[in-house]
Amino acid sequence: MLKDKYGKEIEEILSRYPVKRSALIPLLYVAQRDQGYVTESAMHEIAHLLKLTPPQVYETITFYTMFNLKPMGKFHIQVCKSLMCALVGSDTVIEWIKAKLRIAPGESTADGLFSLSVVECLAACGTAPMMQINDDYYEQLTENKLDRILADLRSIGTSPLKSGPFMWPEPLNVER
Amino acid sequence: MPQHELILLKNMMQPGYTGSLADYEKTGGYQALRNTLGKIAPPDVTAMVRKSGLRGRGGAGFPTGVKWGFLPKDYQGPRYLCCNADESEPGTFKDRQLMERDPHQVLEGIVLACYAIGAETAYIYIRGEMVLGSKILEQAIGEARVAGYIGKNILGTGINADVWVHRGAGAYICGEETALLESLEGKRGLPRVKPPFPATHGLYNKPTVVNNVETLANLPHIINRGPEWFAAIGSPPKSTGTRVFCVSGHVKRPGNYEIPMGMTVRELVYEHAGGMRSDKPMKAFIPGGASAPFLTPAHLDVKLDFEHVAAAGSMLGSGGVTVMEEGTSIVWAALRLMEFFYHESCGKCSPCREGSSWLVQTLRRILARRGRMEDLETLSDLCKNIAGRTVCAFGDAAVAPIQSTLKHWRQEYVDLINEAEVANLIRLEPAGRH
Repeated sequence: MLKDKYGKEIEEILSRYPVKRSALIPLLYVAQRDQGYVTESAMHEIAHLLKLTPPQVYETITFYTMFNLKPMGKFHIQVCKSLMCALVGSDTVIEWIKAKLRIAPGESTADGLFSLSVVECLAACGTAPMMQINDDYYEQLTENKLDRILADLRSIGTSPLKSGPFMWPEPLNVER
Repeated sequence: MPQHELILLKNMMQPGYTGSLADYEKTGGYQALRNTLGKIAPPDVTAMVRKSGLRGRGGAGFPTGVKWGFLPKDYQGPRYLCCNADESEPGTFKDRQLMERDPHQVLEGIVLACYAIGAETAYIYIRGEMVLGSKILEQAIGEARVAGYIGKNILGTGINADVWVHRGAGAYICGEETALLESLEGKRGLPRVKPPFPATHGLYNKPTVVNNVETLANLPHIINRGPEWFAAIGSPPKSTGTRVFCVSGHVKRPGNYEIPMGMTVRELVYEHAGGMRSDKPMKAFIPGGASAPFLTPAHLDVKLDFEHVAAAGSMLGSGGVTVMEEGTSIVWAALRLMEFFYHESCGKCSPCREGSSWLVQTLRRILARRGRMEDLETLSDLCKNIAGRTVCAFGDAAVAPIQSTLKHWRQEYVDLINEAEVANLIRLEPAGRH
């Protein structure tokens, strides 16, 4: 039960809104963090917590692309393919990943480590091509950088190549 | 490079600036709040913003002070402010920088807006993917709460304003203000039929203002330096202040550049963004995000302000400038954007829901060298039946790439279709002649 595990956090989330249903998306995030995807029992529990019917939870969750309804790989790779990224090579990035991990978009590797999705604009067009892996952005991708990121994730579970607080260009570039 | 004063990016351009509360205060941060709360009457703050000429930076460009003025004056119940941080317009990545590098500038703007409109609660609706941004904002809110800039009885004035970060979950349409409100209420993000407008029936049916991140970040500066100062910057009287333009595509130095409105596209692309990345000349550009119609190099001297870009047949939109070099297939580019709109159509209105898929199919057919000349008519016809026939502006945005490329590069479509006819048609003589 989410309530037993995250009782305090759930209470804090509920306190932000005068109407309970507003807490739905935040609570679905809690559920997704717990299992990597939102289980049916979590949906029932959240419906109960917010005094909604299960279909009301289901109609909302199915509208939003960020919620997984089935188990995902430990690292969910999402590559942007919108025009701004495509102009500078996002299709090549997708081909690299497909070849390196031997999976197509929508699939996961057999070891359950990686899932690949091809997605629309993630608001990093100035530092394209880019991808998001779980919560982190990786930008200005090259094949070499991609290899290092995948190796880092396999060995230490995270990568120092992820983006920090965003600014591009850096001040030095502007001063020239 | 021409010299001009930075307003929004000024702090973060300083070496070592971290965006912490201490750093922000050192640059004069929260002075506007100190000088306003309890000292200037809320209607006067609204009047100042109206006088400054500030217009929304999210896309529509509606005058901010006028929007605030629509709230009912005699309404006693709660009011809400929503900060639209759902930055999802392809080509746009400025709000991300404003939030992640200088979060307190945004927060000060939010509290000032709350004060002006009488809201005690503000929600920052940030796009779900920006996890780092939401963490930075939450941390900044925590700092500001401790320092007494946010929360109950701000700076001892008796004024309350609480700010919460609310993450979206991956839907472009939630940047449309009424879809944002639906989403914030825990529902599917379907835009509402207007009227009534959010000013009277917004979040939880209460009077609500929705303002973009960049719009709000301008407020402390307008208060500190006066509306007259702001109104003189840029391209007065209708496009005042600076814009943070996001340059992407085939340029040497893509990125965010803050320039006064009224500068030309040529200056932005060739001086700030370093010009084209290779020796190939420019073929096309989009001046204001994916929803803005394409323009050609003939429009390079168009001034980047609301009126001039509109007069050139496009729109300033969100300030996302995407540049394409010679050799880029225009039909392919239009398809890429159309696929985006097809994916992001919320499905509420039939013309957009059905039409966007037909447009994608038709473009794919033409690109696969299976098009027919009638397809051009089909495309125009579909566009005409989507634009203006939907609940929100998404319909108009979705057809912009096709309508504008058909207008400026019709021959490219025709050439692809001609290739199809040469490749695929087996021309038979009429029967009976052999």
